[in-house]
Amino acid sequence: MADASMIPPSLAKQVETAFERRKLMSIGILAAILAYLIYAAISFDVMGVASRARMDNAKNLLSDFWSYKVSVVRDNRSGAITAAIDGDQRYAFAPDWVKTTGDVTTVDLGGGNVVTYDAQGARYVIPGYGTVDIVAKDGKLSFTAPGATPDWISASDSRISVSTSVGRFIYTKSKVETQRFFPGWELFFFTFDSPFYGKSFGELTALALWEPRIDPDQSNYAHMQHDFLTNSMWHHGDVLWALFETLLMAFLGTFTAALIALPLSFLAAKNMMPFAPLRFGIRRVFDFIRGLDALIWTLILVRAFGPGPMTGALAIMMTDTGLFGKTFSEALENIDEKQVEGIRSTGANSVQRARFGVIPQIMPILMSQVLYNLESNTRSATVIGAIVGGGIGLLLTQAIGTQKDWEDVAYYLILIIAMVIIMDWLSGLIRHKLIKG
Amino acid sequence: MVDLAFGPEPGKRPAASDPHLAYLAMVRQKRMYSALMLVLLAFLLATGFHLAEGRNAGGFLNGLPNLGAFPSEVLSEAWTERANLPGLAIEHLPSLIETINIAAVSTLMGGLCAAFLALLSTRGLAPFPRLTPVARRTMDGMRALPDVVIALVLIYVLGGGPIPAVIAISIHTSGALGKLFSEAAENADLKPVEGLTSTGATWGQRIWLGIIPQVAPNWASYLLMRFEINVRASAILGFVGQGGIGADLKVAMQWGTGKYDQVVAIFIILFLTIVIIDRTSDWLRTRLTKGAQHG
Repeated sequence: MADASMIPPSLAKQVETAFERRKLMSIGILAAILAYLIYAAISFDVMGVASRARMDNAKNLLSDFWSYKVSVVRDNRSGAITAAIDGDQRYAFAPDWVKTTGDVTTVDLGGGNVVTYDAQGARYVIPGYGTVDIVAKDGKLSFTAPGATPDWISASDSRISVSTSVGRFIYTKSKVETQRFFPGWELFFFTFDSPFYGKSFGELTALALWEPRIDPDQSNYAHMQHDFLTNSMWHHGDVLWALFETLLMAFLGTFTAALIALPLSFLAAKNMMPFAPLRFGIRRVFDFIRGLDALIWTLILVRAFGPGPMTGALAIMMTDTGLFGKTFSEALENIDEKQVEGIRSTGANSVQRARFGVIPQIMPILMSQVLYNLESNTRSATVIGAIVGGGIGLLLTQAIGTQKDWEDVAYYLILIIAMVIIMDWLSGLIRHKLIKG
Repeated sequence: MVDLAFGPEPGKRPAASDPHLAYLAMVRQKRMYSALMLVLLAFLLATGFHLAEGRNAGGFLNGLPNLGAFPSEVLSEAWTERANLPGLAIEHLPSLIETINIAAVSTLMGGLCAAFLALLSTRGLAPFPRLTPVARRTMDGMRALPDVVIALVLIYVLGGGPIPAVIAISIHTSGALGKLFSEAAENADLKPVEGLTSTGATWGQRIWLGIIPQVAPNWASYLLMRFEINVRASAILGFVGQGGIGADLKVAMQWGTGKYDQVVAIFIILFLTIVIIDRTSDWLRTRLTKGAQHG
């Protein structure tokens, strides 16, 4: 306590007011941020989103992410019954939970849910609720339910749909459809037309390694690879190619930008370029290229070179040239002049001084910057690909555009995340090595 | 900095009998490796461009003369209509403000989320040390997702408007900033935290009084840098998805001839905004970090 008495009262007061001011300032900043967020919430119409949000869309999307559906359809005119994965006739098959005798078909959805199609119409037995009975007569649908119509049943003269936890049932004049959901992505590896469909991993390994050839013209492994890559539902070959194209765009764009920016950055560095107007001019060019943004460059380049991966690579190159020009010339300005001096004392000319005095000093910084950008450009290449029409970005926007192939969207997303994480890890690894030497 | 061309490998020493020859041999070897790497890089770039050109709709040499065609067409039309430009620029100001708002709100929200994730994933500060790998992988995943993709999926669920864009950019921002934040927090001095712990401070108090004052200048500087990036991202998001100046630009571009004065007006205000924000944030960031160095 003796120490406290030694502080002059004026100083104590000064410290206290300073503390008070800082406290007020931090409260003021927080209040300003809060006020801004409230303003933004009003201008973004946050309340309106709740009414515009389509939760049924969200449900479709999420269920597509982890499950697939099998549709059992009866054409009400011809009476033909088909069961197909995702309702696609190419993937029709005969599931054992659908039984047809005469013109009566029963679809067992599991857990006591049974749908029956017969000559009069269709019936759906729902445990805990009762039987929904639909009779089609003179082009009109009449509908009988045990109680009040809950919100998971929608019924009109021309269309009746029932959604339960195990599936969906839709009756229209032309057809009646029952959809049953199963977890997983069916036909992901092989489609029905491949001899490898439905085989376990062990069986496939055995086939690939020692069992006799299924097709005498090619080895089982090559056959498998071919069937996997040409899978007509998932198009693995095209997807892998698109991923490669995205990586290619990032790689070409980043490295070409670095090669262009390196000589230019010498002209923009104060200690390398004594002529100020040229230095100033080059710096403004870098600023302009960076400021004009990837979006604008992409749009200009697409007009000239047409859509495709080269345009994407050039767009990445343009923006990165500006960025690299700036960082490289900053790195050049921070070098140690002693090494250059030493090289100069041996009578070296300016190119030799740059080669032996400067480049070795800035190389690790340069490489680390280039690798870092390569990683972040892998992500941008996805986005730029969506605009220029190349790579996985194009496939992704197309899949989102159909608004129903969400399982493809999930598949592409997983691949993109994996690709970016791998690039992140790789570039981190190499940068670490470079900096440590 | 390590000199790549010279200097022995750690642990490997040149033969002592004839240091001169050993040195020259090593330099030759290193130079050969560098030359090989350069040749390989040149080869990869050449084949890569060849491949990419093959997949492109138009070739490089065919397109090169047209490079100026589109800008000059746009600019000449805008020049004849130059009297409209100020009016058009003012007309598009509300959507520009929307774009900036999207960027600002998502930077703030992403920054908040990033601060939590960073504290959860920093060694020595995490309240649940066992969960640090989980927080780190979460950040990696959030960073890896391109914002456009999240936005497009969300537009399907939430309908149009700026909210999907805000959520999408926030998610990406949380991941990207979280990593930078946690690197800054890792370098913070733990002595104030120890002092606070000795007085019985809770975790929140230790962070708020011991860590935040140390990392605030760095974090604020990262936030500003992110804001610059997010303004660009939200313009692109508008172009691919909906909302803001990007959407206006897309409409004007798709219209084509006759609306090029609009395109130019939008380009100009977007360019100016980006330059102004870059400059301001550059200035603020140097002030923040320099101020921190002086104490």
